[in-house]
Amino acid sequence: MTAPLRWRVARLCERRVETPTAHTLVLEAPGWPGHLPGQHVDVRLTASDGYQAARSYSLAGPAEADRITLTVQRVPDGEVSPYLIDVYAEGDPVEVRGPVGGWFVWRPEETAPVLLVAGGSGVVPLMAMVRARRAAGSRVPFRLLYSVRTPADVFYADELRRRVRDDLGLDVAYVYTREAPQDWRGEPHRIGLADVNSHGWPPELEPLCYVCGPTGFVETVADLLVGLGHQSRRVKTERFGPTG
Amino acid sequence: MTDTSYLDGNMLDGPLRELFAVDLSTAAGRCEHCRMLGPLAGLRVYPHAPGLVGRCPNCAEVMLRLVRSPGHAWLDLRGATFLRVPMPPEHPYPGPL
Ligand SMILES: Cc1cc2nc3c(=O)[nH]c(=O)nc-3n(C[C@H](O)[C@H](O)[C@H](O)COP(=O)(O)OP(=O)(O)OC[C@H]3O[C@@H](n4cnc5c(N)ncnc54)[C@H](O)[C@@H]3O)c2cc1C
Ligand SMILES: [Zn+2]
Repeated sequence: MTAPLRWRVARLCERRVETPTAHTLVLEAPGWPGHLPGQHVDVRLTASDGYQAARSYSLAGPAEADRITLTVQRVPDGEVSPYLIDVYAEGDPVEVRGPVGGWFVWRPEETAPVLLVAGGSGVVPLMAMVRARRAAGSRVPFRLLYSVRTPADVFYADELRRRVRDDLGLDVAYVYTREAPQDWRGEPHRIGLADVNSHGWPPELEPLCYVCGPTGFVETVADLLVGLGHQSRRVKTERFGPTG
Repeated sequence: MTDTSYLDGNMLDGPLRELFAVDLSTAAGRCEHCRMLGPLAGLRVYPHAPGLVGRCPNCAEVMLRLVRSPGHAWLDLRGATFLRVPMPPEHPYPGPL
């Protein structure tokens, strides 16, 4: 926790397409010190004229053999994300600094039930928690409520399907805001009280709630949870920036 | 509230660790204005102001401002009464010699 933080050079070693606008990047980061699910890295790009831009990206899973995994969503006319999606190639360097963020983390020793609420790319650090739960053999009940525009926008779709089947005590529910699959009950809508109420845990169970996504989404969901009676210190948030 | 231009204090960890050896996102701070004590991770951070501006989530006053130039970092903490930083027990507060 108290090691000095420095920029280190990481290189792209694998790219996986999650959706038409989001890619998972596996980076080789020699000497990576490890991290907790929910932490993020700062990624820094340097142009040939020396201009630098740094952005935060959540770690999507546990580190394996000095490899870290990020999932980046393209923000149209953004500075950093379009580069990472469209230009950044295998073997290319980027600078990373981390792990950072000691607050929005889930520790596998925790015993309280967990509610994860994701909006869009906000699923990334929550997936790290789902993966860490499995890796630790935790039996803590987890519910993930995941808001996406359309079924094609779901990150980690196959893995989530598999985990719901194999990881006992993990539930996943979706909210579609633009276009829903045939078998989904209801009309596309933005997440609201009924979704949080029916897919969350009652406050009496004192769950840990983690909410992540665009700032407006996080605002809405955190207010709903506190309004339902959850203690605000048990509602942890990670805001990714403007509502897309 | 329709202003969604802010992030969480959680994102201050990287920039502040350029100055400090500890993860300050788990530290607590008291707001000078409304006296609320809360985690730095709970601040509302406005990253598009010159530098990073951290506002109290309760009263919206500025508690912290961090500005980087190529040669310096300015950390303005005038809106915070104190920061309480968790420290491991093996580093006790140094007593008088
Ligand atoms: C702690 C933390 C963790 C994050 N983790 C992830 C992650 O795992 N995956 C991921 O894809 N992103 C993540 N983000 C968001 C990421 O840091 C960048 O903000 C995002 O990639 C956009 O950067 P850019 O340089 O492409 O766009 P910019 O050049 O910064 O912005 C271009 C335009 O898009 C708007 N914009 C900026 N950010 C966003 C956003 N997130 N959504 C919609 N509009 C935006 C801006 O207001 C501007 O108008 C995280 C952010 C934080 C603070
Ligand atoms: Zn205040």
